[in-house]
Amino acid sequence: MRRTPLPPDALDATDRLLLNVLQDGFPLCSHPFAAVGEALGLAESEVIDRVHRLRDLGAITRFGPFIDAEAMGGAFCLCAMEVPAERFEAVVTLVNAHPEVAHNYERVHRLNMWFVLACDRPEAIARVADRIEAETGLTVLRFPKLQEFFIGFRVPA
Amino acid sequence: MTIDATDRKILTATASGLPLSPTPYAEVAAWLDLPEDELIARMARMLEDGVIRRIAVAPNHYALGMVANGMSVWDVSDDAAEGLGTQVGALDFVSHCYLRPRALPGWPYNLFAMIHGTSRDEVEAHRAEIARLLGPACRASDILYSSRILKKTGMRFANGG
Repeated sequence: MRRTPLPPDALDATDRLLLNVLQDGFPLCSHPFAAVGEALGLAESEVIDRVHRLRDLGAITRFGPFIDAEAMGGAFCLCAMEVPAERFEAVVTLVNAHPEVAHNYERVHRLNMWFVLACDRPEAIARVADRIEAETGLTVLRFPKLQEFFIGFRVPA
Repeated sequence: MTIDATDRKILTATASGLPLSPTPYAEVAAWLDLPEDELIARMARMLEDGVIRRIAVAPNHYALGMVANGMSVWDVSDDAAEGLGTQVGALDFVSHCYLRPRALPGWPYNLFAMIHGTSRDEVEAHRAEIARLLGPACRASDILYSSRILKKTGMRFANGG
């Protein structure tokens, strides 16, 4: 995934309008691109071509349904560890070796390693976290979500 | 919130995205040997149930200039947490907002909100806005900036979300 900003002239006003409209939602109907185009005064083919180009440019990371992974039976847990600086790289190797570790970030804090465990079943979370504790000799703090709040996040394009 | 085997096939088939065709749902339906109207009806039901959160584009916030982010954490009183979390999650610069257990004594924070901005200064300004919103219900707070990505893999069905 592209992690640097696009040049300022990479997107025109119509691209930006499309990004702003499509991050709020894409119609669920037989001809959804035509419906989007009708609302914005664009031809169906132009909407498709622009979304294609935005994807190729790296302005879009995903286009489609966003799934509640827990509804599919998955279980997730945010975990944190306080890793001594001199052992950091060795602990990264031990932690990342677990396929259940989905992402892992170094953060500027006493708790300097934060990762997400993603497992097929809830009971596997504790098993993997316990194993990481045994392998590293360090405590794995577990921060399962108690409640998730509806997100109003929008990226102004 | 229950899904059957056909629903699961639909979610798996669309996990990497919809085809960029004039009739994307008809194409997915053809892959699965379903009538288009059944596929649309099933997806509509999953949207209503929250299994599908939304059908949309995910902009690459880095490409669009939002290159700074920080995980802000807040110790808010338990009786006010749900109402305040709802308000924080609704802010347009917050991409994830969760209530999580504290890990006392070292970690008093129970509300986590990921803040995005075009610069570290903007993230800090957003953080101050959250502090104002929480007011006296917030007893302590911190923000954790990432210094390195150590691993990033797509989750099976949450890829890129």
